Amino acid sequence: MKLEALFACFGQMSCVVTQSTSALIIGMLLFLVASGVTLIFGVLNVVNFAHGTLYMLGAYIAYTVYQPTESYFLAVVAGAIGVGIFGVLFERFLISKVYGQDVLMQLLVCYGVVLIMDDVVKIVWGVDFMKMGMPAAFRLPPIRLGGGLIPPFYLFLIVISALIGLGLWYVITRTRYGKMVRAAAVNPAMVSALGIRTPLLFASVFGLGAVLAGAAGALAAPVRALTPGMGFSIVIESFIVTVIGGMGSIGGALAAAILLGFVRSFGSVGFPLFTDGLMFLIMGLVLIFKPAGLFGGKAR
Amino acid sequence: MSRETSMKIHGTQPARAIRRRGFIQGAAVGAASLAMPNIVAAQNKGPIKIGMPSVFSGVFALLGQSSSAGARMEIDKVNAAGGINGRKLELITRDSKGKPDEATKVVRDLISSDGCEIILNAETSASAFAVQELIRELGVLCIHTNSEVSSLTANPKIHAPTCFRSARQGIHDSIGGGQYAAGIVSKKNLFKFVTAAPDYAYGREITASFVEYAKIFEPRIEVIDQAWPKLFQPDFTEVVTKIIQAKPQALYTTLFAGDLVALIDQGLLYGLFDKIETFSVNLGDYAVLTQVKQLPAGLHSGTRYNRIVPNTPANEAFYTDYTKKNTDHKVSNWSWENATGAKFMIDALKKNDGNTDGKKLAAIIKGMTIESPFGVDGTLTMRASDHTVINYVVGYGVTVPKDPYIKDVFTASWGSILEHETDWKKRNNFG
Repeated sequence: MKLEALFACFGQMSCVVTQSTSALIIGMLLFLVASGVTLIFGVLNVVNFAHGTLYMLGAYIAYTVYQPTESYFLAVVAGAIGVGIFGVLFERFLISKVYGQDVLMQLLVCYGVVLIMDDVVKIVWGVDFMKMGMPAAFRLPPIRLGGGLIPPFYLFLIVISALIGLGLWYVITRTRYGKMVRAAAVNPAMVSALGIRTPLLFASVFGLGAVLAGAAGALAAPVRALTPGMGFSIVIESFIVTVIGGMGSIGGALAAAILLGFVRSFGSVGFPLFTDGLMFLIMGLVLIFKPAGLFGGKAR
Repeated sequence: MSRETSMKIHGTQPARAIRRRGFIQGAAVGAASLAMPNIVAAQNKGPIKIGMPSVFSGVFALLGQSSSAGARMEIDKVNAAGGINGRKLELITRDSKGKPDEATKVVRDLISSDGCEIILNAETSASAFAVQELIRELGVLCIHTNSEVSSLTANPKIHAPTCFRSARQGIHDSIGGGQYAAGIVSKKNLFKFVTAAPDYAYGREITASFVEYAKIFEPRIEVIDQAWPKLFQPDFTEVVTKIIQAKPQALYTTLFAGDLVALIDQGLLYGLFDKIETFSVNLGDYAVLTQVKQLPAGLHSGTRYNRIVPNTPANEAFYTDYTKKNTDHKVSNWSWENATGAKFMIDALKKNDGNTDGKKLAAIIKGMTIESPFGVDGTLTMRASDHTVINYVVGYGVTVPKDPYIKDVFTASWGSILEHETDWKKRNNFG
């Protein structure tokens, strides 16, 4: 434990700025992945253990599109849409078969997909790790603010992630589609009885969750090493976020992801050997004192 | 029920007791033949099966891929020449997923189910110790081809008579690296170091020994902070910002593969490398250097494997041949370490007329010198005292973005390495 270093950091504007930006970037990218996990769980009641695979595919698709085009925009769009399509197919052909079944069955199906897709990535892209490279527009020196450092690319990622989160909030709370999704989360039988094609709705929700994961993978690709299985570690953190924020709560996922970002960023200064422990400790405390999560409804 | 009563009720008890003893003896023989399939295999003249546990899935799949490819470079040669005493060599690989408990299970399966007679243990350091304990029990020849943690072979308390190491040893790299880094920072008056290393045996031990030797060669060096990221964690931003907060003059890192690439890319965003001198053990691997798109100027690295270090026709030929045979990945440090392990094994098998008896092969490999493209003078020796390879190139240099990716190479002298290693062993009671 290095509490003096932590207090010293709080006493310096440069440290607060740098660590806070670092916290936000960790948190916002985590939010993009975790929001998909929580959306899928909230509406479909499926624990999508394969969500990390969707993140990985987003990164690889973005890499593939970026190489010939050198367009980061196209790469991100392709990563998000490509994974969205994959997500819809995944839901239609596999996940829809295990709706309402034991969580163990869902986990088995998801784990099978994780293993298969890891091997597919190895066959298509090889086992060597890959790097997309930083888009030319972002090859800039860091911005100095209050003595702290803010990389322009991270600023872009924070803003774009926030916009995606805002868009998601708008779609879920302010549109007819969002109303249907929320209704289906509460009573799918009633929604179906009202003439809404729930299979299509469920596929679209899963696809939307997949788009979020794909977008996160594609957005982060310039600063991550692409390897088969790269989604595994992020999916664990996403589940921690989902549990802390509340299963099914997108606002909760945002709050929990940013909280974890701050824990990791400032924890690396004050508790360098216990950063992961802190994350799990917070999760444990939430499970004990508020089992439904900080923003969750009643625990299922 | 008393024993006498039992005997009366079961009138055939003595006969049963004999049968039970017989059964136990039979089971023991059966178990022994399962554990020692070489007895059977040697008689049936089938291929000599060599088991290789490693990581073939997940983020670290490159380890297994380049390890098996490295070993096959030598195995294919001997098979093309007709094998050893008419027996071809067959490499059987199994995925341990990098988990120590899984690694021991895989090794047991390779020996008892697949009939492997020798183990080329291409596991990470985390699993190598567990495998060594199992090999001590089974007695087959085992060559650790990837683990660089020094204590694996240096610590006499865990010595296993049939285990050897063809991989680099951390202490050797640390002595060479410490000497190189000390020379650079002395000239530039930069003494405040931070370290960043993966939080497991390899990262911890190599970092500690590097710091120890850097300070021996330049006592003014001080470590002002250390970061221990988890292996394969997705984001290194907090590591980068932690380093920045420490305001160091130099950085030493043992991160490798994708983690190292991520650290460099994320560090570049903060201008991390603009003002500090960076020493990385593992940056020199082709897989890393070819993937870092905007390599900062002047980063220092261990040479790991490089086609011009040593700059000999034999090394160039290995590089060309490997690259031709393996188009799906780059030649790596693991490639030469595994090719070396396979070469020691093959030469010993040849000397032993293809007999795979672990003790006999171990006696041959002890102190054995082989011709090798990776030795400083064209040879490598398996040191008899602690079963580890010596005389390979311990080089450091400055990385450059184009082939051959490294320049101004400093090669540590083995005289100096061995002298310091002897002291290190004494200090750690490994003597």
